[in-house]
Amino acid sequence: MIRRRDLLLRAASLSSAALLAGRRTVEAGPRRPPVPDDPTKVLGAPPSELGHRSPFEPLGRRVKRRLPSGESETPLQDLRGIITPSDLHFERHHAGVPAIDPERYRLLVHGMVERPTVFTLADLERFPSRSQICFIECSGNGGPGYREISTESTPQQVDGLTSTSNWTGVPLAILFREVGVKPAATWFLAEGQDAAVMTRSIPVSKGWDDAMIAYAQNGEALRPEQGYPARLLLPGWEGNTQVKWLRRIEVADRPFMTKEETSKYTDPLPDCTARMFSFEMDAKSIITFPAYPAVLPQRGWWEIAGLAWSGRGRITAVDVSTDGGRSWARADLDEPVLPKCHTRFRYLWNWKGAESVLMSRATDETGYVQPTLEQLVAVRGAGTNYHLNNIRSWKVHRDGRVFFGLAPS
Amino acid sequence: MMRPAAALVVAASVLTLACAGGGEPPSEGRSSGSPAPARPFGAAEHARSASEALPSRFGFGRAATDAEVKTWDIDVMPDGTGLPPGRGTVAEGAVIYAAQCAVCHGPDGRGAEYDSLVGRDPDQGFPFGKDPALLEKRTIGNYWPYATTLYDYIYRAMPQAVPGSLTPDEVYSLVAYLLFLNRIVPENAVMTAQTLPRVEMPARHRFVEDNRRGGPEIR
Repeated sequence: MIRRRDLLLRAASLSSAALLAGRRTVEAGPRRPPVPDDPTKVLGAPPSELGHRSPFEPLGRRVKRRLPSGESETPLQDLRGIITPSDLHFERHHAGVPAIDPERYRLLVHGMVERPTVFTLADLERFPSRSQICFIECSGNGGPGYREISTESTPQQVDGLTSTSNWTGVPLAILFREVGVKPAATWFLAEGQDAAVMTRSIPVSKGWDDAMIAYAQNGEALRPEQGYPARLLLPGWEGNTQVKWLRRIEVADRPFMTKEETSKYTDPLPDCTARMFSFEMDAKSIITFPAYPAVLPQRGWWEIAGLAWSGRGRITAVDVSTDGGRSWARADLDEPVLPKCHTRFRYLWNWKGAESVLMSRATDETGYVQPTLEQLVAVRGAGTNYHLNNIRSWKVHRDGRVFFGLAPS
Repeated sequence: MMRPAAALVVAASVLTLACAGGGEPPSEGRSSGSPAPARPFGAAEHARSASEALPSRFGFGRAATDAEVKTWDIDVMPDGTGLPPGRGTVAEGAVIYAAQCAVCHGPDGRGAEYDSLVGRDPDQGFPFGKDPALLEKRTIGNYWPYATTLYDYIYRAMPQAVPGSLTPDEVYSLVAYLLFLNRIVPENAVMTAQTLPRVEMPARHRFVEDNRRGGPEIR
């Protein structure tokens, strides 16, 4: 949590904060970690079993609700590149993080299959594996920016329920072949081993396409918060469908209509209906620098940076506006640009010191262009809740302070 | 990453693996009938040079027993598939609700620390898409499309402090009580595997398919 005190401290010492503008750092004072005056004159620390972050880098998730059914957000404004460090991957649980012994872990696959089968974790790891770098985003991501508008909102608060990892696991298609999924099957139930025994119905076609049972994240076993020891991974689809701590897959010829796909994770529309099974996450982007609580200590050259992603494929373009959407310019995309993955964009900006409203707008390979809030509300209604992927904006004040704002004023 | 237990399945898989020669077309020894292409996971270009063709089966894992399936297969579908024997009444449900549910959902089901379960307001027109203030007013009575979902969810996950601790009769009773509070069934209703799937929820026909398809149109 960025405290107001940090902001005031930073505002009071703008010149000394120049090199670290936009990033949270340890504040000055007696709590600052001690270091030698000249590190070349003191022998350094020996190797160790586990690495640690520099004590000057106090990264952290922001716990929004400290409940078993709560969530914590990734500090987007503090990160570079596209990979989210595993311990900073966002969390959203429905009944807390279960403790599971991998030796006792079992995955049951049954229903409309030729061979109902139980797999151990070792079985899953024995199958041909695949790794894919892709994002997982909660479909509620961005909701607070719409409903709980505060100009003192960080990228973490606005959009911190998205993270990207390099996931490794067994393609679900291989397990489908192994158990002999029947041709008439159309849906499967994915069930978790948490206290919510979380369930979602998933089209079998996604299983044949690019779904995975993932057991590794960024090179090591999954974190408990991300589903240890194995989870469903559905690239590009809303996070809650990617059931963590997966214990059971039941194949069927119709959806199960669980609580999380009827009473929740459905999208009311202005024509007095509600959309079900809205799986794909549409294209979206957010500027992560400069963004609240960053302060630009001087005018001149600054690199506007951010993330763009689409659940429907690759990002093909990100446009940036520094004048509240009156004009747009093409940003640079950092390699790699991967499908269904966070993509880093950069735009070099010469700030002349005027009040400026910064915006980013993503386009994906289907030709979908990230909409404005007005466009979204027009088609979804004012009561819309999930899948809020509208253009976000940040207002840079003349004194260099930056605040979140949905629309230019 | 390989665990000792994996060695146990090696023997079972040798036969199928041996049937696929290095880069050669599959031998006659392979079983057929797979509904999917040989490389269903999109890595064909990278794998073609060195990896052997996928066997139709690896033989990993073991057959699930009926008892194992029965233990975990607790889901209930809208047509009642999965509902166990048992019965419950509104009166019995009221007692269980007061003891197990009221602390989180309020004495009358209208919400406390957790969601409101009861209420028909707004009763007409399903206007939830029009007004953000209605977000917190969604209840079983005005939003849930299937009564069977109640049984499924309460049985698997409630009450939060002791999840999965209720018997089928207790769950049937709670479902009866909650449907009664929402003015969907009468006070003398009895919920069973036969009666519950026949309950018509007010929001039953309000749900539509996702029509977003990417491309230039915003939906």
